[in-house]
Amino acid sequence: MRKMLAAVSRVLSVVAQKPASRVLVASRHFANDATFEIKKCDLHRLEEGPPVTTVLTREDGLKYYRMMQTVRRMELKADQLYKQKIIRGFCHLMLLPMQEACCVGLEAGINPTDHLITAYRAHGFTFTRGLSVREILAELTGRRGGCAKGKGGSMHMYAKNFYGGNGIVGAQVPLGAGIALACKYNGKDEVCLTLYGDGAANQGQIFEAYNMAALWKLPCIFICENNRYGMGTSVERAAASTDYYKRGDFIPGLRVDGMDILCVREATKFAAAYCRSGKGPILMELQTYRYHGHSMSDPGVSYRTREEIQEVRSKSDPIMLLKDRMVNSNLASVEELKEIDVEVRKEIEDAAQFATADPEPPLEELGYHIYCNDPPFEVRGANQWIKFKSIS
Amino acid sequence: MAVAAVLVRRPLEQVTVRDAINQGMDEELERDEKVFLLGEEVAQYDGAYKVSRGLWKKYGDKRIIDTPISEMGFAGIAVGAAMAGLRPICEFMTFNFSMQAIDQVINSAAKTYYMSGGLQSVPIVFRGPNGASAGVAAQHSQCFAAWYGHCPGLKVVSPWSSEDAKGLIKSAIRDNNPVVVLENELMYGVPFELPSEAQSKDFLIPIGKAKIERQGTHVTIVAHSRPVGHCLEAATVLSKEGIECEVINLRTIRPMDIETIEASVMKTNHLVTVEGGWPQFGVGAEICARIMEGPAFNFLDAPAVRVTGADVPMPYAKILEDNSVPQVKDIIFAIKKTLNI
Repeated sequence: MRKMLAAVSRVLSVVAQKPASRVLVASRHFANDATFEIKKCDLHRLEEGPPVTTVLTREDGLKYYRMMQTVRRMELKADQLYKQKIIRGFCHLMLLPMQEACCVGLEAGINPTDHLITAYRAHGFTFTRGLSVREILAELTGRRGGCAKGKGGSMHMYAKNFYGGNGIVGAQVPLGAGIALACKYNGKDEVCLTLYGDGAANQGQIFEAYNMAALWKLPCIFICENNRYGMGTSVERAAASTDYYKRGDFIPGLRVDGMDILCVREATKFAAAYCRSGKGPILMELQTYRYHGHSMSDPGVSYRTREEIQEVRSKSDPIMLLKDRMVNSNLASVEELKEIDVEVRKEIEDAAQFATADPEPPLEELGYHIYCNDPPFEVRGANQWIKFKSIS
Repeated sequence: MAVAAVLVRRPLEQVTVRDAINQGMDEELERDEKVFLLGEEVAQYDGAYKVSRGLWKKYGDKRIIDTPISEMGFAGIAVGAAMAGLRPICEFMTFNFSMQAIDQVINSAAKTYYMSGGLQSVPIVFRGPNGASAGVAAQHSQCFAAWYGHCPGLKVVSPWSSEDAKGLIKSAIRDNNPVVVLENELMYGVPFELPSEAQSKDFLIPIGKAKIERQGTHVTIVAHSRPVGHCLEAATVLSKEGIECEVINLRTIRPMDIETIEASVMKTNHLVTVEGGWPQFGVGAEICARIMEGPAFNFLDAPAVRVTGADVPMPYAKILEDNSVPQVKDIIFAIKKTLNI
């Protein structure tokens, strides 16, 4: 012990630049990894499911924590900017329910060379698929530094192997099956994660996509993010069957705890392996935000108080869940995680600054990007004398 | 080592529109591995109208795909495949059925390059028979030129002859944008002489350029698809009376080649548009509006006139159906009216 302290003090004297608290943190001994029990998934037409225990490394844990906090804070900032009317139109956020575990957990279960498509609650996925908070927020505020140059807004963000951001409920599901068809056609062992919500799950075109994906054994992971409400309509009022993981009928399915990032990760790995083995599509239902049967709009019956609701929410908070796990297993310290919080907050603030200061796209570019790879031409404006140049 | 290249001039072939489309698709399938065809009955049945005859035998299951009857689903799948870098040809058995999939054509395909700020292209072709057939009644006879032509981000072509069909389908497949190819079932079996250039595997007709099929001095007739043939018939009849019609084959609905029409009107001073679709908000209506806005207006000696399908859902009985589509006599009547003869 003395020798170790001596060695540490030598290190301290060399690394004199870092603030003392950081060095203390760095010198503390953490576990490299820890094993956790995760919830067993409900299965449909599957003999076995994902494992019920998983190993989380310190490195991964810190990465997931940072990513989830970034998504959380980014969405909170978007909420703030929307209320200030700096963001206009639609702004579908991942705040309530807390779906950070979904986007970070899914990404953790696949490779960057895999593909992902979702509907309009897409900011978190845009980030996990590789874009910066800066370009996401600037797209929300409609500035030229936005990832779609301000042409798309909240619902139309694209990145490599990320196909949006789609505004028409359910339309993204056949698109995802088509991306999976391309994966199979190209023979590169890639899969496509095709996300939709519990509301979209009743769209006919989804069943058409199920049929063709199964028929042609497309490497498509259909993922239903069930947050129990399609806009204002609860699942019980919208679906004759709310077992969304079974709705693929002939497609095997699993129901996953969407609030536990490790559960999501393991289920995703399992599903991806299934698809890559050539067996065809698989369906995952991610359950998020369990209200445990409570209905806030239930008139005259207030058997749950605000405090109880808060408690339920905090128990289901995926970030808190990960934090508790990491601290209790000595994978990280509370201070360390607080530092990450501080760094994330700064990153978001800087991004928000950029997003509010960056100018709007130049009016001259209104006609740009109509056609791809075409010579320039003219686009008509509001009357025959107003013309905009269009380049690809 | 010098190799003598011998140019063999083949005699002008008679090729039906059906075979021209078939040849065009075959050549593009051969040229680029990423091209594939999907739709109902396109593979093992050789195509509902035999347009894809022989392709499945030659290219197999991977490249020629029979789909279930799920327009919205398979159109979406085709668009997704295009987003991921393939070059699908999505066939609608007729464009009437494309209405079930129209959201995928417009919202997922047409608008995406713009919405993504130029990041995501959609190199897809939607093709199939459009407009009236014979005796198939109201739900199977609608012309979609105006509906698809309305939308920025789409290209829309409407071939008439075999040369048109071959050159335009090839250009559509090579285009990096979503292209709607409006074919015509009644034209599939019609033979045309294919000029020698059209026999080359790189024969392309540029999208966005109209063709003057017949030169004339007294009146400009603009049409697309099957009505082009009716216009040429009308022109032959009128020629005997000393009236020389300039017949323009639009070839492309969007982007429309208004310049060729303007130049012609500035020469002839009279304009008649002819189309199979309904009159309200149709192709002819757009041509008239644009002529009014441009330099050709001052050259008109009479208001522009439209010849269109009758403003009714297509009836079944032959006498009713015949009078619900523009006939040669209707075109001649309209031309004489505008010339005040």
